[in-house]
Amino acid sequence: MRKRSLTLLSDGTLLRKENTLYFENAQGRKPLAIEGIYDIYVYGHVNITSQALHFLAQRGIVVHFFNHYGYYDGSFYPRECLNSGELIIKQVEHYLHKEKRLKLAKLFVVGGAKNMERNLRRWGINVDFSELLKELESVEKITEVMNVEARIRQEYYALWDEHLPEGFKIVKRTRRPPQNEMNALISFLNSRLYATIVSEIYNTQLIPTVSYLHEPSERRFSLALDLSEIFKPMIADRIANRLVKQGIARKEHFRAELNGVLLNDEGKRAVIKEYNEEMVKSVRHPKLKKNVTKQRLIRLEAYKLIKHLVGAQEYDPLVAWF
Amino acid sequence: MSSEEYPLNNLLIRGIEINYLFVCPTKLWYFAKGITMEQESEWVDLGRFLHERSYFGEEKDVQIGPISIDFIRRGGVIEVHEVKHGKKMEKAHEMQALYYLYYLRRHGIKAKGVLHYPKLNETKEITLDGREDDIEKAIMEVERIESLPAPPRPRMKSICRKCAYYELCWV
Repeated sequence: MRKRSLTLLSDGTLLRKENTLYFENAQGRKPLAIEGIYDIYVYGHVNITSQALHFLAQRGIVVHFFNHYGYYDGSFYPRECLNSGELIIKQVEHYLHKEKRLKLAKLFVVGGAKNMERNLRRWGINVDFSELLKELESVEKITEVMNVEARIRQEYYALWDEHLPEGFKIVKRTRRPPQNEMNALISFLNSRLYATIVSEIYNTQLIPTVSYLHEPSERRFSLALDLSEIFKPMIADRIANRLVKQGIARKEHFRAELNGVLLNDEGKRAVIKEYNEEMVKSVRHPKLKKNVTKQRLIRLEAYKLIKHLVGAQEYDPLVAWF
Repeated sequence: MSSEEYPLNNLLIRGIEINYLFVCPTKLWYFAKGITMEQESEWVDLGRFLHERSYFGEEKDVQIGPISIDFIRRGGVIEVHEVKHGKKMEKAHEMQALYYLYYLRRHGIKAKGVLHYPKLNETKEITLDGREDDIEKAIMEVERIESLPAPPRPRMKSICRKCAYYELCWV
């Protein structure tokens, strides 16, 4: 992948002058090569001129905004330029048809569970969720699928905790606000990953709001939530684990605030650096017989979903082989 | 089937579809359904670049109904010019040019075709005469493939690796 993600952590202004995009902050004005930008992640206090937005829209570059706490706020999602009526119909058909929807919803959960198993094995904890997954096979409602998913995740966090160093145990998964350091780290990474998945979906003909495990009424790009089941363990959790095990994320990177715990600026910087490096790392793809980046694996998952929807090939969720 | 029997009044196929038929039916199906990958292809960018930066002074990008001709020259007979990179897909290029000639003929315009391979410094002339049946067969085959409920199973060829649809087909 030639194009790269751009992360803006400092405060400043994003502007366009002629056919060049600039980021201007206290350090000065820096030109950004638009051809090399895949998407933009904004964490700092950034002003964006409408001219810059026009330019980004023209190039199909998605801009994601995160608030002061590092939570995802929303995206500047340029007008869709990849459209397929055929695919939209298929996507909706698979939502409306109960069996078809259930099948996909279960596959996302199975994929997530297998990636959790894979992580635990890497961390020296032998486990399998086969009993819970067997239970999953027979359930007939989306709420029940969600329920099994929640129980798998609970067990996963409990087992992961055994391996985590003191001071960075999850104890209980808490969100908005997270109650301790590890929860804060996981939430921050999940937000970022979610935005990455939104970018990948934008670059396909898939409609981001029609989803299967999550309800399309969630006022979010819920298809990104579906896909994040596969990638949260494989990407976000692995990064979080590495950060605390290798002492890259330390106690002083967090601050307690409003009865919750959050990453401070230095902490965010360290986490994002690790995340960006992770996403451009590549692994050999056994089927494609070439190297693909971690980020590209998300796109490939979208392609597999497209193939399932058009009847080319049954969806088989990615389970990390690496 | 002769041209009299075939309902060719509404020829809606684009030249690129005839081209893709001879490259890969799977690609043709996805392309026809709007599941396109060309935006990711450096080869497509290169082709566009080649076309934009050359043949100045010619009448370029001539759109007639569903067909879009790289450039035309008017002389005793109209010449349809198509610019291509390499000769690997020569058959597809030829059929695409033939389709343009066929399309124009159906509209009462007599034309001849010229394929340009600027990088090889070669050109090739194409005439329709005697090949009407080939092109009609191709048109019907395009329509058959596009009406399939699912994409045809891809077949691995040496060209797959350079195709923008490689990942979609083989993941």
